[in-house]
Amino acid sequence: MGHLSDKEVKTLEEKANDIRISLIESLIEAKSGHSAGPLGMADIFTAFYFHILKHDPKKPDWPERDRLILSNGHICPVLYATMAHSGYFPVEELKTLRKFGSRLQGHPHREKLPGLETSSGPLGSGLSQAVGMALADRMDKKEKSNFFYCFMGDGELNAGQVWEAMMLAGKERLWNLISVIDRNNIQIDGFTEDIMPLEPLREKFESFGWHVLDIDGHNFEAIVDAVEQGKAIYEKPTMIIAHTIPGKGIDFMERRFEWHGNPPGKGIDDRVSKDKQGEVALKELRTLGGKIRSEHE
Amino acid sequence: MIPKDAKLVEHLFDLEKIEQAPTRNGYGDGLVAAADENDQVVALCADLTESTKTNLFRDKYPNRFVEVGIGEQNMASVASGMAAMGKIPYIASYAMFSPGRSWEQVRTTICYNNQNVKIVGAHSGISVGPDGATHQAIEDIAIMRVLPNMTVISPCDSVEAQKATVAAAKHKGPVYIRFHREKTPIFTSEDTPFEIGKAVIFYDPKEVTVAVIATGPIGHNALLAAKNLEEKGIGVRVINCPTIKPLDEKIILKAAKDAGAVVVVEEHQAHGGLGSAVAELLAENYPVPMEFVGVKDRFGESGQLDELFEAFGLTVSDIEKAITSVIDRK
Repeated sequence: MGHLSDKEVKTLEEKANDIRISLIESLIEAKSGHSAGPLGMADIFTAFYFHILKHDPKKPDWPERDRLILSNGHICPVLYATMAHSGYFPVEELKTLRKFGSRLQGHPHREKLPGLETSSGPLGSGLSQAVGMALADRMDKKEKSNFFYCFMGDGELNAGQVWEAMMLAGKERLWNLISVIDRNNIQIDGFTEDIMPLEPLREKFESFGWHVLDIDGHNFEAIVDAVEQGKAIYEKPTMIIAHTIPGKGIDFMERRFEWHGNPPGKGIDDRVSKDKQGEVALKELRTLGGKIRSEHE
Repeated sequence: MIPKDAKLVEHLFDLEKIEQAPTRNGYGDGLVAAADENDQVVALCADLTESTKTNLFRDKYPNRFVEVGIGEQNMASVASGMAAMGKIPYIASYAMFSPGRSWEQVRTTICYNNQNVKIVGAHSGISVGPDGATHQAIEDIAIMRVLPNMTVISPCDSVEAQKATVAAAKHKGPVYIRFHREKTPIFTSEDTPFEIGKAVIFYDPKEVTVAVIATGPIGHNALLAAKNLEEKGIGVRVINCPTIKPLDEKIILKAAKDAGAVVVVEEHQAHGGLGSAVAELLAENYPVPMEFVGVKDRFGESGQLDELFEAFGLTVSDIEKAITSVIDRK
């Protein structure tokens, strides 16, 4: 891993943009699904699958791989798009999202698609599973240990089970566990601090025995450095609070909780009518917000 | 009479002489035996290590034991994660809390993922006694048997409980096993056949009038009822059915055909348990009159085991009554 060069950062940025385009295309095709969270997490997924994780898309069952558990399963469009771009399955298959017979279920199903570590959707249980994996791995006292990563939403922190898992990880001093919170401040019914106030998050996590880092979730160097630090911290699990912009990359979606659970074409927006949302969203991503000409023009 | 193959104990009908032990003891011993055989066996407990008898494992294999505290939902999902890494986790608590409180985690993280987790529901049934309805799990079979990939076992005594615990480790996939707190008669022996998915005839008269299908320790009451009725000239076949899912369809269908009437006996809600499983099978294949001995859509309450069995209609004479009324409906 190590520090990123400018060239590496640029490559990751381009990859993340391709992933955003793919996930929006799959959502347009599916006509249902979540937009804001997947767009907000695209940079973090890219950093993990293209730089951080020890994995082999051609050998999804490789026993030596790191495990990444996606707890908030509803943001799976970004997981699927990232997996496709890293070579787990053809990018073309993303068009089957949420359709009958597809391996890309509306919420991830481990038994359907190789490379998925678990099935998720009901919120709050991913961290427990990651804790179980990290515990099991530690019991085996292997010479080289793997790392276990869990991605969670911030709204998900409303669920009590997360805190049960947090207590156990703290008690067991699971240094091989790193969790990333998508701190985008929105959930379906509104802003997190209106629905169920979470702050002060850092102090909460620290008091449960975790090492806590706050980062800009769109800064690749910060993402990679945080994981490096998490790996180096001994005798504590690490919680990375990644501050992200929901809907990142598409102007009319950014920071609006209304886009939590809707695909382009299904959201009420006073600036872009439903029939234009897909087109406008893709154009913005393809032109990097108007900075370059799209090959589709 | 007792079929030879059943290898039941000698003083089967003598309540003075028959040995007694709680089925949870069979779990405690069985878990250690399973762990001796396979080093991937691990155990988790939610602050009930002594009373679930998980302490025997904890003391022998402290490094393979995880105390999760009072968090049954977390325990179920942690076990799912451990199973994903190749472990065979047994998770123990009272049935009311696990799988009672953790049903969705069992469904999604264990069954939907088809993970090799064994769920140990201790203190099931109303026989927990004085603790009262909050602790009396009489719905656990129903909520577990409805889940795809799940195997459901309810052992009849501590010897069968030990066999079921050991067999679960060798069976790949989610298993739920229910155990009881109070001492109950040990009527099977080491040599009594046990196999997941198989039921065994424990009593068979020359001429079969009614077939009784029982699960759990209450099966001993069914044997006593069959013996009493034989003296009155009524032939009752008793089938011990420890595995509720998958059901031993062959032996049950044959019994329905041989007897033409069926009584199901269980320490569980009459709705959704073994009775429902048998009724589903017979309704589709060979409908015969049925009676259900179980709890009839009410919660438990505090009391001693015998008082509660009386109050909830689970005694030997209640089973005899059910048998005579099903005969009237033939």
